[in-house]
Amino acid sequence: MIRLNNIHKSYEMGNNSLHVLKGIDLHIEQGDFVSIMGSSGSGKSTLLNILGMLDNYDTGTYHLAGNLIANMSEKKSAQLRNEMVGFVFQSFNLISFKNAMENVALPLYYKGVPRKKRNQIAMEYLEKLGLKEWASHMPNEMSGGQKQRVAIARALISKPKIILADEPTGALDSATSYEVMNILKEINQEGITVIIVTHEHDIAAMTSQIIRLNDGLIHEIIRNGELKKFQKEFIHGLEPA
Amino acid sequence: MFDIDKWQEILATIKKNKMRTFLTGFSVAWGIFMLMILLGSGNGLSNGVASNFMNDAVNAMWIWTGETTIPYQGMKSGRSIQFHNEDQDLVRKVAGIGVSSGRYFMGNTRYSYGKESGEYTTITCQPELIKVENIILKEGRFINEIDLAQKRKVIVLGTDIKTALFKDSTAIGEYVNINKVPFKVVGISAEPGSTRNRNAYMPVSTAQMIFGGNNRLHNLTVTINATTLEESKAIEEQVRNVLARKHKFDPKDEGALGVFNKLEAYIQTMKIFQAIKIFIWIIGIGTLIAGIVGVSNIMLIVVKERTKEIGIRKAIGASPSSVIGLILLESIMITTIAGYIGLVLGTGLMELINYFMVQSAAAAAAAGAVASDQGGNNTMFLNPTVDITIAIYSTLLLIVAGAIAGYIPAKRAASIRPIAALRDE
Repeated sequence: MIRLNNIHKSYEMGNNSLHVLKGIDLHIEQGDFVSIMGSSGSGKSTLLNILGMLDNYDTGTYHLAGNLIANMSEKKSAQLRNEMVGFVFQSFNLISFKNAMENVALPLYYKGVPRKKRNQIAMEYLEKLGLKEWASHMPNEMSGGQKQRVAIARALISKPKIILADEPTGALDSATSYEVMNILKEINQEGITVIIVTHEHDIAAMTSQIIRLNDGLIHEIIRNGELKKFQKEFIHGLEPA
Repeated sequence: MFDIDKWQEILATIKKNKMRTFLTGFSVAWGIFMLMILLGSGNGLSNGVASNFMNDAVNAMWIWTGETTIPYQGMKSGRSIQFHNEDQDLVRKVAGIGVSSGRYFMGNTRYSYGKESGEYTTITCQPELIKVENIILKEGRFINEIDLAQKRKVIVLGTDIKTALFKDSTAIGEYVNINKVPFKVVGISAEPGSTRNRNAYMPVSTAQMIFGGNNRLHNLTVTINATTLEESKAIEEQVRNVLARKHKFDPKDEGALGVFNKLEAYIQTMKIFQAIKIFIWIIGIGTLIAGIVGVSNIMLIVVKERTKEIGIRKAIGASPSSVIGLILLESIMITTIAGYIGLVLGTGLMELINYFMVQSAAAAAAAGAVASDQGGNNTMFLNPTVDITIAIYSTLLLIVAGAIAGYIPAKRAASIRPIAALRDE
């Protein structure tokens, strides 16, 4: 599904060049539930942005569902994003002057779905996330958890193959965080690849694979058996919640 | 462009961002509104001045005789100069002279019909007079060549004379007595812009025959074919020289021969007027530039404000062109509607002023007929409306300026990586 090969990325900061990713090799299968961890500055958000085609990379290769993602026109990458990827952000990034339903329906607008149809589909997704009553509310009338659920509905509406979530629980309290994580888990169980960036161990522990980044390189990948140990370490006492 | 969904999206955005919409629209509407008022006032002034000249042909020249004031070729000053019919022929031969009409002064003329009578001015003339002085015929015809050749006893009455003598009955074909000589009424005339129509027109040949004029004339009314001040002055000079040679007076003697050259006055006034017009245009262009700067400023702010929204839209699959299109169409729609509103309000106000001015002019005219002996409508402000093509072009200019001002930052915003746009707070 996702195949990264020796990805390098550096940012120009005035005269200095900041080398953020120093050769990432990564393979993520369809249906994986992956979290990317690392200290701040380790390049985890940059990696996510590259995966989501929000940012480009300098060298290496990135194949998404068999397509080489490189030097694509803005139009083509926008189209691919629309078809393949759903985003969930830490700051929700809802459009402030649109209500919940309109925000959810927006990706379908760019797919050319007629207004009535897309609003109807948006309502279905809102219902799925338990926000049917909030459809006509504006983002500033909703709580953080509600906003994030709207954002998730928006990410799901275009039926993406991958959900990319950048610190999806970063702005939420722990109870709401787990709610959001459970939703993401359910989505994953429907077969959608979910990749989240987080610095919270308990959140990462709810995923099935943890990629630890350190200083622009993959430090370790924890999966399956090892993950059990990791989970025990961090989830204890949290299960009843 | 005709994608209904796109327009719905734009309309929804406009509806949810009323303040932004209002500010953009206001700067456009205000600019156009002020421009309309400015140009309207300029036009009003222009039309007012022009209308004061419109009563007669602008290229009219009046020539009259008097007494010499400068001794010439051994003759003392104080000699009176008299025109005769052959002087008109002389003047006619001067290059640049168009039509001409000679007049013999009749002094007091008493008009009577039945029991009614009154003293009125009789203007003896040739048919060409109607081409020089602005005389309109309410009924019948003006003096013609046959009247002149056959010295017919015919008369064209001013409407006031007709009303005084005939009341409501028909005047055409009736005979009025002028100094006890019966004349057939052939036409009823009026002078536009004048509130008094107490002049009657009689063939000059008839007047000379019946009222002891022989072949004498007192003044000549001519038109000149000149377009510049120099040309008109040269023609005036020529006329002076020809007549001075004939009557033996100093060509510079203003007392012996009076000339009023209307074209000269007209050209001078128009020059002043041209300067006013240029001045108004400079202010108008200044107003437009202020409007353009205003729109551009707001568009820059709008795009800055929407950077994050652009990032979100791009993250969920909007192509750069669709983002630019959205912003541009929105700005064009706002500026078009606002420009139209400004246009309607501005022209509406000028039309309203025009309406009240026409009303008050009519009232003044009614009052003036009683109060003043001097007819004529000396308004300096008339029809203060704006050429609609100028109005539309100005609006289009503002729309295009707004679109360009929006396009540049919108293109930049749409081309930055969505992730950078998303970070923008």
